Order: sequence, then C-alpha cells, then structure tokens
Amino acid sequence: MLIFEHSQPGRTNPSQSPLDRAETGGIPSHLRRAQRALLPEVSEMQVVRHYTRLSQKNFSIDTQFYPLGSCTMKYNPRACNKIALLPGFTGRHPQAPESFSQGFLGCMYELQEILKDVTGMQAVSLTPMAGAQGEFAGVSMIRAYHDARGDSARTEILVPDAAHGTNPATAAMCGYTVREIPTDNNGDIDLELLRAAVGPHTAGLMLTNPSTLGVFEKDILEVRTIVHDAGGLLYYDGANLNAILGLVKPGDMGFDVIHMNLHKTFSTPHGGGGPGAGPVGVNEKLKPFLPIPIVGKENDGSYRWLTEKDCPQSIGRLSAHMGNAGVLLRAYVYARLLGREGMPRVAHYATLNANYLMARLTQVGFVAAFPKRRATHEFILTLKKLKDETGVNAMDVAKRLLDYGYHAPTTYFPLLVPECLLIEPTETESKEELDGFIDAMQKILIEAHTSPATVKGAPYTTPVRRLDDVKAARELNLTWKP
Amino acid sequence: MSNIPKHLKYTKTHEWVEVQKDGTVTIGITDHAQDLLGDVVFIDVPQVGRELKAGEACAVVESVKAASDIYSPVAGKVTAVNGALTDQPELVNKDAYGTAWMLRLKPSNPPELNNLLDADAYASFIASEAH
Repeated sequence: MLIFEHSQPGRTNPSQSPLDRAETGGIPSHLRRAQRALLPEVSEMQVVRHYTRLSQKNFSIDTQFYPLGSCTMKYNPRACNKIALLPGFTGRHPQAPESFSQGFLGCMYELQEILKDVTGMQAVSLTPMAGAQGEFAGVSMIRAYHDARGDSARTEILVPDAAHGTNPATAAMCGYTVREIPTDNNGDIDLELLRAAVGPHTAGLMLTNPSTLGVFEKDILEVRTIVHDAGGLLYYDGANLNAILGLVKPGDMGFDVIHMNLHKTFSTPHGGGGPGAGPVGVNEKLKPFLPIPIVGKENDGSYRWLTEKDCPQSIGRLSAHMGNAGVLLRAYVYARLLGREGMPRVAHYATLNANYLMARLTQVGFVAAFPKRRATHEFILTLKKLKDETGVNAMDVAKRLLDYGYHAPTTYFPLLVPECLLIEPTETESKEELDGFIDAMQKILIEAHTSPATVKGAPYTTPVRRLDDVKAARELNLTWKP
Repeated sequence: MSNIPKHLKYTKTHEWVEVQKDGTVTIGITDHAQDLLGDVVFIDVPQVGRELKAGEACAVVESVKAASDIYSPVAGKVTAVNGALTDQPELVNKDAYGTAWMLRLKPSNPPELNNLLDADAYASFIASEAH
C-alpha cells in the first residue's frame, strides 16, 4: 500500500505543521502554483507505521547475507558514518573560507595521499561524484594527453568483451569509437587479438582487474606492453579493487589512470542510486590534466584548494565544489580505521571467503565457469547443465534463495557465461554464515531435480511473490493515480 | 538444441542472413541468440537509407537480462526495417526467423556474403562456445 492510499482529505498533522505561514507575496504570480501540491494527507502515526513497515520488508545486509558483495553493498562499518556526521563536518559550508575548513581539507589531503599509496599512482583528484563520472574524467584525461601532444589520430578505445557496460559508454561519451576485444576460455584477454587490434589509432584500453569474470588478468604486464608500445594508455576500472586492496597496486601493473569507487570499496552503501565518489588517480604523464579542485598542502602545513590557476591544463570541474563530501569523509575514516595493516586483510578475507564458497559449492554439484582458475573476491557459477537437465534456470535458483533467507547473487552478468550466478561474499562474513548459504544452495540443487516446479514458483515467503519483470520493462508505469 | 534452418547464413555474433531473389538480404537474430537473451523487451532498428559497414553495430536488442548490439553481417544500405518489432518485441522470442526479421540491406559488396557461416558451421560454432 502506498502512503497516498492512506490519504484522507483535510487530515493534517498539527504537531508537525509550522505555526506561521511563509510570506509569499514577493514571488511573482506566474511562478506560484495555482493548485495545492498533491501530497498525502495523513496523521503522524500513519506516517511512522507506514515507513516502519516498509523498512521491515527490506532485505538488507543488516539482516541477511547479501552475496552481491562490494559490487553493490558490502558491510559499511557504523563508525565511518558516525564520524562523518560530526557537527564540525556537517555544519561546514562549502563556500566557507579555507581558514575555516582546515580540518576538512586536512582529511581530504590525507585521503588523497592514502589513495595514492594504496593504488601506486602519482596523484589523485577526489572530485568525481560517482564511478561513471570517474570514468568520464579518466578517459577525458586520456584524450587531453593525446591532444596536448598533437596526437589526434587516436580515435579508438579498446574494451574487453567482459567489461562493465559503463566502459564502452564512457568511451563513446568522450567521442571515441569502441572496439571490443574477446576473452579466451580461461577468462583472460585474447592477446593475439589484442596485438592485431592495437595501432596508431589506439587511444587506450579500459580494463577491470580482477575482471568481471572473477579472475585476475594474469597476462596484465604483457597487455600493458602491447598497449604502451602502440602508444595507447591503460585505464584501470576500480570496480573490483576490493580483491587486491593493499596487496597489488594498479600503478605497479602499469596503469596510467584509474578510478576508484569509494562508495563500493570504502564504506558507503551503493546500489541505491547514490551519492557516490569516484576519485581518479594518475601517473606523471596525466598529472597536469587532473580535474579540479584538488587539496594542496603549503610549506607552513596549511591546506588550500588548487584551482584553474594552479592547474592550467586541467580537464576542468565536475561538480560545484569537491565531490560528495560525506562519502569522501566516510572513506577517509574507513581507511584510517583499517590502517596499512588492515587494508590487505580486506583483500585476504574477501578472497578466502570467495574461494571457500567456490570450492564447497563445486563439491555439492555446482559448476564453476572457470574451474581452472582461483577465484578472486568473486566467482561465477554456470547453471547451464542444470537448466538443460531440469528446466530450472539461474533466475529460479536466485528467487528460491530468498525463501531460505539469503539475498540472491548477481544473475546473468556477465552475459558471456550462460545461466550464470556471480557470487561475492566479501570479507565480513563468518564461516558459519557461508556454510548456511552452501546448505541452502545444496537444498535448492536437490529440489531442482526432485521438484523443479517448487523452484520455478519461488519465492513463497517474501512480501511479494515473483514479479513480472518482462511486463514491468515492456509497460513501464511509475505513476500512482487515484 | 537450437533451431538452425539450413537455407540461411549466419555470423559468429548470432545474426542470420537470408539472400532474397532481388539481391537484397534480410537480417535477424538466431533462435540461439534469443534463447540466451531471454524475454526481449525493446528493439531499436536503424534508419532506412543508412549506409552500414560490415560488422558495424546497427540495432539494439534489450532483454530483461541485457542490452546487446546487433552487427551488420555485410556492408550495404538499409532498404527496410521491421516496424512491428517496436510494439511487439516479443516476436523475437516467438518467431526469430520469420516475423521478427529486423532489417533489409542492399549489399554494397556481395562477395562478402561468402564469408558468412552455413548452418553446419554455425552449429559447431555455438557448440564450441558453450565452454
């Protein structure tokens, strides 16, 4: 039931209503609405109960295992949010003079330094407000670099076929033609096809490592050599940074530019449409082109914004101030809480949990998409055999998991692998929790053979049963009408 | 097993091609492709008159799982598109080789048609892809 359906004409909420009415005489009449806004007219108690009930229907990481992982939402420690909400931070005005913002600027400067260190890059800008904007900033810098050298023949960005859809979209947004590079049977880039594809037209290659196939691109140094020898630059998509945090640095792999999703890896819930933070890191080649503002440190230890005057070759500004301050602060606190010792532990446990799940699920009868490869922080099962034998597909298994109290993993991505489940447990799950998930998966596998209709009809225990996603996509209608 | 009619030609990107008597070619996606995609919810076809290169992305098929580009199997000029797919994208799932044809081309370099796969070669290709 929607809040609008509780509405009764004239029902008001006196304890919440302002006693005085705003003076609107100064607003020209053509800018004033002729009719009252169609807001729900409900009592305070109705509002409280409505939203409390809705929140109880949520399937959330606070209540259940959520194997979408850092890709969508890993556990974000409460402390990070609590500290980012200190009044000294929330009360700061973004236009306040630098002398009043030294504490905040200090945190941002240190965050820049921490991110440089953990990624092996030479400079960082925190400005991009989301992963996609980080990608846009990164590829814009690639373009600015080639343009500054008068190298205007480079019109093509290479993207592996397993890439996130944002990669080709970003390249196209920046005016490049996209060329897809196929993946071989082990999930690595096909090096022969890459060699054949590069040339004087290559502006760069965008790569996620570990890839979306859940494997570490083991020929990365060879990939780097091929792209660099052709005069192209190497772009690192930080979507899977969680797997290598503090262990392997993209800078050491030869990447020229990287974006990080702080809202995935560094303690802010993601998957709700924002806000996000997609800082970019670069090596010396691309340093002059970083988006502004950046926080600089003076010789006397004070901090100040670096702007157009300091960075004349910058690709420019991507937001009114400097990104989403709250997300950046949470990331800073998260990084400081983990410390240099804690950061690799994130990667170690995320990888250990994924490999444990993959090994146990294979033992109980599931098929790994890349059985010869060790999982990174995530891995892929292919349910093609199960579908051929029983008619039960990946979506059916995902829906049935809800009945057992587990959120479904990512389904049907990447599309290269038929009937796939992409499972990412993250570093914060205990062995008992993982064992519970394995038991549920095993039960579903047995049900698929003994009673496939049960699995195909799932879920049975959720607030709503299986939704008709085809009808929703074909007849999109988001407007409630009385 | 997928339905792979003998009289058509195929691409490794899962388009089918039918050569008409007047030399134009009709293009759609294969039964195997629609099975992989699942329920199709949206189709974007090119403008009539557009000149396409072989391998150029010329249409988009969106399903509940993913949005996928459709690539032109040969170079040529678009002479017709199937407007019925705008309102009935589900035709792709029901009748991939018939009413769900997507576009017609007048090939600018007809010998390119010899590079396409025959039904047997396409069948072995999709068998090899299922790793």
